[in-house]
Amino acid sequence: MTARTLRRTGMPNRGGWPVKLSVFLIVVLWTIPSLGLLVSSFRPASEATATGWWTALFSPLATDWTFANYANVLGKGGMFDAFVNSLIVTIPATVIPITLAAFAAYAFAWVKFRGRAFLFAVVVGLLVVPLQMSLVPLLRIYQATGLTGSFLGIWLAHTGFGLPLAIYLLYNYISQLPKDIFESAYIDGATPFTAFTRLVLPLSYPALAAFAIFQFLWVWNDLLVALVFLGTTSDVSVLTIQLATLAGTRGESIHLLSAAAFVSMVLPVVVFLALQRFFVRGLLAGSVKG
Amino acid sequence: MSEAVELQAPVQNGRRWGVLRDVVISVGVIGLIWLGLRVLRDPEAFSEWGDLTGKLAQAMLALVLGIAGIWALFIVVNSLVEHLPARAAELVRPWIFVLPALAVVAVYLVYPAIRTIIQSFTEVPEGGGIFSNYIEAFTDPAVQIAIRNNVIWLLLAPAAAVVIGLAFAALADRVKHESLAKTFVFVPLAISMVGASVIWGYMYAWRVPGTDQVGFINGVIQFFGGEPIPFLFEIPINTYAMIVIMIWLQVGFAMVILSAAIKGVPVELTEAARIDGASELQNFFKVLVPSIRGSIITVFTTIAIVVLKVFDIVYTLTGGNLETEVVALRMYDAMFRFRNFGQATAMAVILFLAVVPIMIVNVRNLRKQGIEA
Amino acid sequence: MKKHRWSIALVALALLLAACGDTGGETTTTGGDEEPTTTAGEEPTTTAGAPAGETPYTELNAAIAGDYEGTSVEIVAQWAPDGAEATSFDLALQPFRDATGIEVNFEPTVEYETALQVRVDGGNAPDLAQIAQPGKMQQYADAGSLINLSEWFNVDQLTQDQVAGFVELGSHNGDLYGVYYKTDVKSIVWYPIQGFADNGYEPPTTWEEMIALSDQIVADGNGNPWCISIESEAADGWVATDWMEDILLRTAPPEIYTQWYNHEIPFNDPEVLEAAEYMSQIWFTPDYAYGGNTYINATFIGNTQDPMFDPAGPQCWMQKQAAWIPGFWGENKDFTDPADWPNKPGEDVGFFYFPTIEEEFGQPVLGGGDMFVMFNDRPEVRALLEYLATAESSAAWIERGGFVSPNVNVPLDSYTTYPETELSTMVANATTFGFDASDLMPADVGAGTFWSGMVEWVAANGEGTEEIFQSIEDSWPAG
Repeated sequence: MTARTLRRTGMPNRGGWPVKLSVFLIVVLWTIPSLGLLVSSFRPASEATATGWWTALFSPLATDWTFANYANVLGKGGMFDAFVNSLIVTIPATVIPITLAAFAAYAFAWVKFRGRAFLFAVVVGLLVVPLQMSLVPLLRIYQATGLTGSFLGIWLAHTGFGLPLAIYLLYNYISQLPKDIFESAYIDGATPFTAFTRLVLPLSYPALAAFAIFQFLWVWNDLLVALVFLGTTSDVSVLTIQLATLAGTRGESIHLLSAAAFVSMVLPVVVFLALQRFFVRGLLAGSVKG
Repeated sequence: MSEAVELQAPVQNGRRWGVLRDVVISVGVIGLIWLGLRVLRDPEAFSEWGDLTGKLAQAMLALVLGIAGIWALFIVVNSLVEHLPARAAELVRPWIFVLPALAVVAVYLVYPAIRTIIQSFTEVPEGGGIFSNYIEAFTDPAVQIAIRNNVIWLLLAPAAAVVIGLAFAALADRVKHESLAKTFVFVPLAISMVGASVIWGYMYAWRVPGTDQVGFINGVIQFFGGEPIPFLFEIPINTYAMIVIMIWLQVGFAMVILSAAIKGVPVELTEAARIDGASELQNFFKVLVPSIRGSIITVFTTIAIVVLKVFDIVYTLTGGNLETEVVALRMYDAMFRFRNFGQATAMAVILFLAVVPIMIVNVRNLRKQGIEA
Repeated sequence: MKKHRWSIALVALALLLAACGDTGGETTTTGGDEEPTTTAGEEPTTTAGAPAGETPYTELNAAIAGDYEGTSVEIVAQWAPDGAEATSFDLALQPFRDATGIEVNFEPTVEYETALQVRVDGGNAPDLAQIAQPGKMQQYADAGSLINLSEWFNVDQLTQDQVAGFVELGSHNGDLYGVYYKTDVKSIVWYPIQGFADNGYEPPTTWEEMIALSDQIVADGNGNPWCISIESEAADGWVATDWMEDILLRTAPPEIYTQWYNHEIPFNDPEVLEAAEYMSQIWFTPDYAYGGNTYINATFIGNTQDPMFDPAGPQCWMQKQAAWIPGFWGENKDFTDPADWPNKPGEDVGFFYFPTIEEEFGQPVLGGGDMFVMFNDRPEVRALLEYLATAESSAAWIERGGFVSPNVNVPLDSYTTYPETELSTMVANATTFGFDASDLMPADVGAGTFWSGMVEWVAANGEGTEEIFQSIEDSWPAG
C-alpha cells in the first residue's frame, strides 16, 4: 500500500499548461532576486554599482567576469575552521532541540499527566519572547557558570530559543497520529518509551525533517546568538561571524557580500535537497494514517 | 499494516542486579559526558594532533557528545525509571519526557520573560508611576506608527505567504519536476533575513531616471518607459515593499509544510469527490483545504509570530525612517541605542500582548484536534 | 549594530575646543595650562617624571621596567576586522608589547556596539574598549561600568598633551573616563581636480564663492554641482547632521553650538533654523544636488560620488565627506589596498576647506574622534591606557596613513601621507574644533530623531522645516 500511496497523492498528477505556467511563473519570480545576487557575485564592484546585473547576462562577453570576490571571501585564513565550527555548532544545536521537543510533544499529545494543557499553553506562548530580551540575563548566568564561549553553551542557547517552535510543530503532527496504533502497541506490552522510539519517531519523519531544516537554517544563519554566547575568537568563531567580519556591511559593496552570501547558502540548500528524501521516507511511514 | 507497528515487549531486566547495573551505567554515561565537555572546553586538548586533524577530532567529539549524549541521557534515565514500582513509574514517566524541555525553556525564556515584565514596571524614569513606560510608549508618535505598521504587516504577510504557499504546493503537486520547482521557492528560506534584505535592497535600488538602473524592478519599469520608483524612500510604498520581502522569505516555509499536509490527505477523499463530479477548484476548496485546516492554521500562526517580531529587514533597509518603524525595532533601539531599559521592556510586553489573540486561535485549533483527548 | 566605524564615528557628541585658549561653553572645564584640572583622586599620582623615568606615567614606567611582564590585557575596537585600520592599530600596539612583555590581545569586533554592550551587561567586559560617542561613555559611566581615571591618571599631563577640549570630552561630571586617541576631520569638500582645471573652476574660499561656483556649473550645463546622499543602513541621515553642525559653527558663536547640544537653547533655536536655511540653499535649490532629494535619500553614502566618476565627465562636482571616502570612488571599489587605487586622492580628486560663512567666526573645524575607556582596573591595564595617551602610541599608524592624533606632541612633519598632512595642519590652525554635536546629544535625539528628522526633511524636499525641527525638539528626553 505504501508505494501506491506515495505515487497517488492528494491530487492526481495531471496538471495542464495553465498549471505548468503558473508554477513556472512563481519559480521565476522567486528566483530573480537570488539570481541577481548570483550574477553580481561574479562581477567586479565598479561594474556591479554602475549597471544592472542583467546587462551582464545580455552581454556576457563585454562583462569582466571575475572570481576575485570568491577568492577574496574564501582566501582569508580561518575560513575552514569557521566552517567546521559552524558544523560543530549547528548539528547538535539541531539534534538536541528536536530530541527534547519530540519527547515533550509526544508526552503532551499522548501521555496523561497533571498540568499538561497549562504547560503546553505556556510553552507555545513562549514563541513570542523576543530573543534580544533574553540575552543579558542569560549572559549573567553564563558568566557565573563558565558556559560563555563553550560549544555546550551555544547548543543549549539555540535549544532554548528553538524549543517552543519545535514542540509546537511536532505536537501538531504527533497529536494527529491515529490513536489505535498506540492502543495496539500498549496491548502488545510497549512502554511509553518504546512506543516513542518505535512508533512516534518513525511516523513523524516529515515533521522532524521539516523542523530539522528550519532549525538548521536558523542556527546556520544566526549571527547574534553566536556573537553573544560564543564570541569571535578564532577557535570558536562560526561562518556567519567570519563572513560578517569579511564583508563588513553593505558599505563594503554588493560584490563581496553576494559572494559571501552564496558561500554560506551552499550547505543549507544541500541539506534541504538531502532531507527531501527523508520527507518521502517519512511519508511512507505516515501512510498508516490512511 | 506497516511494519512500524510490530512492537517488542519491553525488555525485562533481572530485578536486583539489573538495578545495580543500570545505576552504574547511568553514572558512567553521565561521567563520560561531563568528561567529554571538559575536554572540549580545553583549547589545548587537541593541539598535539596538528591543525587539521585536531580540528576534525574536536568536531567529532563535539558531535558525538552533542548528539549521542542527549540520547544516552534519555535512555539511561528511562531505564532507571523502569525499576521503580509500577505506580511510581507511571507518575514519574511523563516528566522524563517533558522536564528536560521545560527546564531548558524555563532558563532561556521564562526567567528572562518574567524579569522583563517586572522591569517594565520598575525601571521607570524618576518620579514616574509604575505605568509610565507604557504611557510614554503609547503617546510617542514613533511608537504609534510602529504599532500601526505591525498591524499592517500582520494583516498582509502571513495571509499572502499562506495563500501563495498553498497554491504553489497544490500546483507543484501536479507537475513533473515537483521537487525541483519546490527547491527554487524554498531557497529564500536558506537566506538569513539580513541577507534577504541586502538582496532586495538591490532589487529595489533606485537610480536617477534615465540613467542605468541597477535595481531590477526599476530596470523593468524604465525599460517600459516608466519613471523609476524609490521604493524604500516613499511613504507608504516603503512598508509594503518590505512586506514583500517577508512574503518572499516565508512562502517556502508555508509551501513545505502545506505540501506535506496535502500529501497526507487520503487519496480516497479527493477521488471520491471527483467521482461525485466536483471540479478541480471545488475539490481544492471543499475537500483539500478543509482536510488540512489544522496545518494551515499552524503555518499561519507561525508566520504571524515571525512577522510580529520583524526587525532585521526594517533595520537593514530603512532603519525605521519615513514611517517604517516597527515595534521590535523600537525595542532594539531602546535597548541598545538609547539605553532605555524601561522602554525596551515595555515594547517587549506589548509584543507579548499582541500575540495573545493569535495564541487563542491556536489553542482553539489544538483543542479541536484533541489536546484534551 | 551594523554600521561601519566611520558611520558610527559621526554619531556623537560635540565639543568646542579652541586651538589656543578656551572658548568652550559652560560644560567645557578649563583646558588651560596654568589652571590644573580638578582631579577627584585621593592620592593623585600626577607628579610628572615619576620614579621609573622616561614617561610621565607611573604604571607605564613600571611596565617598561618589566614589573608586569607575562600579564595580558584585552582591548577591543570597532575598526573593521581584517581592515587597514585594525592592522594599523595592532602595529601601533607592538612597541608597547615589545617594551613591557605584556601580552596585548586586540580584537576587532563585528556588531561592535551591541557586542560590547552585551559583554558589559553580562559582566564580561574587556579591559579597554574604544568608543566613538562621548554619550556612550557617559551611559557606561552612569551605569558604574567604567573605571574613574581621575583617581590615578596623570590628568595634568594629558591636558597638556592634547588639543584643548579633548580631556573634557573624555570627562563626565568632572571625572575623566576616556582618553582620546584619534580624531577625524569632517569639514572638507572633495572635487575632481582635472575637471575643475578644464572648466576654469577654482576651489571656493567663501560661502558666496561656493554658491557662485554652483550657479556657474549649472549655467555651464555641466550637470549638477553637488553630490549628496545620506542612506546608511540603520544610520540614515548622519551626513545631514554633519552639514547642519558644520554650518552652525560658521553662522553662530561657539557658545551657541555648545548650548545647542546641551539643550540649553531649544533644538529649533532661531540660530539653528538659520543654519538650516543655509543648508537648504545647497541641498534643495533646484539643479544643485544631483538627482534631487530622492537621490539624497535613496543613495548609499558609499555611492554618493559615483556620478563624479562618470566616463562622460563629472555629473556632480563637489562632495562634503571625511577622509575615508576615497576607498569608495569609482573603480577604487575593486581594490582593498589603497596602493592599487586607480583614482588617487590628491592627484585625481582633491579637497578644499568647507568655507567660512561669517568672517567673525573664523575657521572652525568639525570633527569626531575615538577614545578608550577602561572597564577593569589592573596595573597592566593602566599601563596600556597610559601608553595610548603618549605620542609614541600613534607613530606606527601615522606612518601607515589615515590617522590624525589629538596629541599636540606629535610633530606635524611626521604626517607624510595624503591627506593627513593637510588635515593635521587644518586642525592645528582651526579657530574652533567642534566635536560632532549629534554624538554629544542624548542618543534618542543624536542617533534617533535628529537623523530621522533629516531624512523626513529631505523627503519633503526642504519643506516644513519648522515643523520638523519642532518635532525633534519635542522628542528631547525630559530631565
